[in-house]
Amino acid sequence: MFANLRQLVRYRGLIQSLVARDLKARYRGSVLGFVWSFINPLLLLAIYSFIFTTIMPNRVEGAQPYALFMLCGILPWTWFSSSLTEAAGSLISGGNLIKKVLFPAEVLPIVSVLANLMHFFLALPIVVVFLVIYQHPPDAVDLVWLPAVILVQLVFTIGLALLLAALAVHFRDIRDVLANLLTLWFFSTPIIYPWFQPELQPYVHLFNLNPFTHLAVSYQELLFFPGPFGHWKWLVALGGVSVLVFLAGYWLFDRLRDSFAEAV
Amino acid sequence: MTPAIELRNVTKVYRRFGGRQFATLKSALLQRSILRDLSPTETFPAVRELSFAVAPGVTYGVIGRNGSGKSTALKLVAGITKPTSGTVHVQGRVSALIELGAGFHPEISGRENVFINGIMLGLSKREVARRFDEIVEFAELKDFIDAPVKTYSSGMYMRLGFAVAIHVNPDVLLVDEVLAVGDEGFTHKCLDKFAEFRRRGKTVLLVTHSLAVVERFCDEALWIDGGRAKAHGDPRRVVDAYLTSVEESEGQMLATATARAVAAASGPSAEPPPAATAAEAGPDGETGTPPSPEEPRDMFQAAEGRWGSREVEITEVALLDRAGQPGFVFHSGGPMAVRVRVRAHAPTSDFVFGVSLFNADGVCCYGTNTWLEEMEPEELSGDAEVLFAIDSLDLVEGTYKVDVAVHKRDGFPYDYHRLLYTFRTRSRTRDIGIYRPRHHWTFSPGVRFKPTA
Repeated sequence: MFANLRQLVRYRGLIQSLVARDLKARYRGSVLGFVWSFINPLLLLAIYSFIFTTIMPNRVEGAQPYALFMLCGILPWTWFSSSLTEAAGSLISGGNLIKKVLFPAEVLPIVSVLANLMHFFLALPIVVVFLVIYQHPPDAVDLVWLPAVILVQLVFTIGLALLLAALAVHFRDIRDVLANLLTLWFFSTPIIYPWFQPELQPYVHLFNLNPFTHLAVSYQELLFFPGPFGHWKWLVALGGVSVLVFLAGYWLFDRLRDSFAEAV
Repeated sequence: MTPAIELRNVTKVYRRFGGRQFATLKSALLQRSILRDLSPTETFPAVRELSFAVAPGVTYGVIGRNGSGKSTALKLVAGITKPTSGTVHVQGRVSALIELGAGFHPEISGRENVFINGIMLGLSKREVARRFDEIVEFAELKDFIDAPVKTYSSGMYMRLGFAVAIHVNPDVLLVDEVLAVGDEGFTHKCLDKFAEFRRRGKTVLLVTHSLAVVERFCDEALWIDGGRAKAHGDPRRVVDAYLTSVEESEGQMLATATARAVAAASGPSAEPPPAATAAEAGPDGETGTPPSPEEPRDMFQAAEGRWGSREVEITEVALLDRAGQPGFVFHSGGPMAVRVRVRAHAPTSDFVFGVSLFNADGVCCYGTNTWLEEMEPEELSGDAEVLFAIDSLDLVEGTYKVDVAVHKRDGFPYDYHRLLYTFRTRSRTRDIGIYRPRHHWTFSPGVRFKPTA
């Protein structure tokens, strides 16, 4: 397993070019091209803002302007959920490669995660624009934590992506289950409502068990809320958990590796 | 010297997840049978106890029927699948031409695909850049290299795939039936490239159905059947052994087909076909004499069947080989005999035996009978045997059918077997037509050919 992990480093050139190919190919032939990377989250944001500021206004103290608050959680969530959706199908759609070309299969789900990370980066300027519009400058000292949060999310996502990709080869229904599971997960994570919402407090322990709670809260604290980054202990703990998730995912992937060429 | 490729007792068992065809995660979870379902219910050994070694610099051909395990063996050497048991050892960088352009993405340009494909096959970005022009030139795609690959024709796609794979410059090249990718010119270029590989002392493992390529290009050959090695060594010997076995199984197939045709034609409702009445049903032959009742009105009336009064009955027809054994596959230029057993239910002095040969298009290749050859019948009674011996079957390769008949001199049929017997002619020469006249070539000293290997 660790020998294979080392081998993966040798294939970083391949991962790099596949990510680039993914980005180029996705918008090839569309009129707006990369602009879609901005438009998609903006449209999503517009819908949620309309609902939560006009139809069912959420007036919780401290989470205003609400649109900016939601944006901080929605962007990382989009990265997370599209990564998992794509990764789960990556081995099946890349079946031709696995069967005909000798290369480590884990490259495919990893490329899914990294390509979506690039979309996440491309969408980050939206946050900057909103921060300027709302005149809501974040704490400059806090921002040094941002790479750490992204790194934790990256490790966590890759771990899950490997797990799902490997299982989806044998159980095709994982992809359908996943779509519903991700919707449920989205609504049980404090993204479109703040974690300090009074109605939430009886369930706070349950929320703490949700790994993405800590990622969302971290992003919100760093980008939106003033004051020092108080959630760092949770983040460090989640970092440990992420490494475990990654190892577990990679271990399972490695165990099932030999069956891919036959089962896809 | 350590071999470039070595397989030792390699067995590859494929799983057929027969039992859980419709199993889903949900049902697996409900029945707590995930682990059981992940283990195979049925297995299929694609390669069994296969051992062979290829010395460095050798071009090694692998032949065998469809489904014999050739491609699995190649994938094992490439490392794409792992053996269930046994060891596979390969020395040096391997490039596998299993499916050309397998990694191409249709939306991006040929140029970008060359880079990604090259990196996928184990080159670094710089190495691809250095070989880029050569690759594009080999693929003959200079004008289209910046167009998206989805706009390529399938030939262009294959050529680009081949060009990338071959420029990876491997120590061991694995080729699976990809020579048929381009037009004649490109195929020659590929074969030249293989020859160049050989000159540079690289090892080539070639899986192919083209026996001519194996005989011409390979130093050694392996014949796999049912996942096992049947023969290996000198390509000519291996190809011959393989061909003999193909003939045997072909003969068995023809035997069952013939038995079925005879049984169907001899059933209770064996009436003469409407177009071939008793008067027309005679032996076939261009005699140049004025039309007689013996000449069929339509030579191409190739409906199989059996008819006649059965006063004289054909009880058995067999095609015999050189050793006098019944067979169904004969060599062009070799002997063949048609043995006809008849039974006369009452003695008769009016009888003619006829035989004719048709090719698969229904064209009569040859037909004759004892009357045309001026044999006056005197008496036929009881059981008798007739042997029509051909000293040299000068027909080109193909499938042929035989008519056998006994009838009166005026053409009235006793027993007419139309196209009921099938045989195949095999030939090493791919000549065309129907008939191969005995021939040879001579040349004046100004004409020279390369000596054949």
